[in-house]
Amino acid sequence: MTMGKAMFELIPPAIFMIVGALLIGPARGHLRTAILLAAPLVTLWFIWHVPNGVAYDIGFLDYRIEPLEGSEVRRLFATIFALMAFVGGLYAFRQAKWYELSSAYAYAAGAIGVSFAGDLITLFLYWELMALFSTVVVWCGGTPQARRAGIRYAIMHLLGGVILKVGIEGVIVHTGSIDVRPMLAHNFDSWMILTGILINAAAPPVSAWLADSYPTSSATGSVFLSAFTTKTAILALILLFPGEPVLIGIGLFMVMYGIIYALLENDIRRILAYSIVNQVGFMVCAIGIGTHMALNGAAAHAFAHIIYKALLFMSAGVVVYRTGFNRCTEVGGLFRTMPLTAICGIIGALSISGFPLTSGFTTKTMISQAAADESLVVVYMLLAAASAGVFLHAGIKFPWFVFFQRDSGLRPKDAPWNMGAAMVIFSVLCIVLGVAPDLLYRFLPYPVEYQAYTPGKVLFYLQLLMFSGLAFFLLLPLMKRTETISLDTDWLWRVLLFKLTVRGYRLATAAGNAVSVATSTALLQLRNMAQRYLGSSSRQPRPGVFTRAWPIGVTAMWIAVLLTAYILVYYF
Amino acid sequence: MNEPQRPDHWLALPATIKLLWRIFIVVLVVLVLAQAFIYIKGYFGVDGWFGFGAVFGFLSCLAMVLVAKVLGYVLKRPEDYYDDGKSDV
Repeated sequence: MTMGKAMFELIPPAIFMIVGALLIGPARGHLRTAILLAAPLVTLWFIWHVPNGVAYDIGFLDYRIEPLEGSEVRRLFATIFALMAFVGGLYAFRQAKWYELSSAYAYAAGAIGVSFAGDLITLFLYWELMALFSTVVVWCGGTPQARRAGIRYAIMHLLGGVILKVGIEGVIVHTGSIDVRPMLAHNFDSWMILTGILINAAAPPVSAWLADSYPTSSATGSVFLSAFTTKTAILALILLFPGEPVLIGIGLFMVMYGIIYALLENDIRRILAYSIVNQVGFMVCAIGIGTHMALNGAAAHAFAHIIYKALLFMSAGVVVYRTGFNRCTEVGGLFRTMPLTAICGIIGALSISGFPLTSGFTTKTMISQAAADESLVVVYMLLAAASAGVFLHAGIKFPWFVFFQRDSGLRPKDAPWNMGAAMVIFSVLCIVLGVAPDLLYRFLPYPVEYQAYTPGKVLFYLQLLMFSGLAFFLLLPLMKRTETISLDTDWLWRVLLFKLTVRGYRLATAAGNAVSVATSTALLQLRNMAQRYLGSSSRQPRPGVFTRAWPIGVTAMWIAVLLTAYILVYYF
Repeated sequence: MNEPQRPDHWLALPATIKLLWRIFIVVLVVLVLAQAFIYIKGYFGVDGWFGFGAVFGFLSCLAMVLVAKVLGYVLKRPEDYYDDGKSDV
């Protein structure tokens, strides 16, 4: 019995999500709903029964594959991925197409698989599973924009996968080990792995893929997309590159990039997409700091972030679903008829800003604390400025422009019941984790010696945030929404590379044409010559020089000339 | 339009907005003055100064909005910038 039970628990939890994803297609009606809601819960149960350490290994070629390795941080990430799939499924099941739901579940399965991957080969396989099915989720947006953005998204992630694979191959060849274990970026192999992971984390210089693709997906698809890819990258960084100093700078850049681009943006969901980059920047920076406090902060922040970011995307998704509009300039004043969506959106916005009593406060401040403990004064100050900036670009900007601002005259209905229920679950979680952070702290990778609420800290952050709010309303005239997009590094390949390719193609065509003209001219001349000397066709008015019937006398004379020439040559 | 003009939501009335602004300003003042009673531990000296959080929060936001504004002149393009049919086969 115990043996059987133990065997049962050795099935990688991701398998249950994959089975769920496969069954969603053929199932119909209530059965599909049941599968949709049950699959993540079953997966969750198995996640909590994954033992610490490598459960077992399987021989594959010359390698020992470890499909199931448990630890606190792995279970924590897998838990939030499964929870996200459940609440996302609840949010989407009545509105989304079955193939979107199925792909989203396969995508979640990839994230959960990566969480428990004990070796680099398993990690890579699940990594690619995510890349494939997240692309399908983008395509489920169904518009020409979604199709094009999906192709760009797929190219970026397949490229990232190849770079990751190159790094993994290098590590296997040079160290002989395929274990997932901490390393530093000190040689080509580890740099390739780091680069591959950072592409998924939307790090510079390729951050643009995220804001390019996520907002083109469907109202439900963007909820799933917001959760898995970047946070799986965060887990991979925690497992492989804790304390890698280069991550501090990259993280700080992402934090500022997210704020500036979100401030310039008009598309509701693109604002939120940029703020993913911003929030992931906090986590990347924390992993770079690499102390126990910092890694706890990164893990806790990722957990809280998935919840409030999905909540924000849900709120925005309801607006898109009910109004059909995507832009701040098209909506406004929606609080009148969408109170639930507005309140849930505001709770998400307060959480992302790290307002006291929300999950953002109890998790993000750990990262600042880690920076302070290490006496990283610049990092600490930039993170504090960024916290103010988050309130500015997401905390107030999102709810203000969508639900207040001006009366757009739109009077859409509030969220459908399932979307509303999903939003309420995540709103409650945001507040519960903010009020009782110990619920989360006990599951962090290292023992937590951190007091989230001290009067001084609360006052400091309240000053910081409320005066950011003042800045927002005083500077509103400077933040007038314009119907524009903002250029990013993807301009280099979407425009410059495209133009160079077109120009190169034209040049090559011109060169090719010139060559073929020259060749055909030469061929024509050869043909004319051949016809002149050898031609014998009866259709020709005059046979070729050598095929003509010459009079005997002329021939005899030519023979005499040739013989004379021969004799002359012979004697001299 | 023949319907009688219904009063707007109470939250959108000018009187409410005026009241909210007043409450907001009172909260801001209280938050700064509270530092006289609540000790804020400064990790680097400067962040323990009186009203540092308030000033730092306001100035960082001002800086970020201005930087975004300036960058906007360089980076902003019409929405159809990429979708003029050239980029699709």
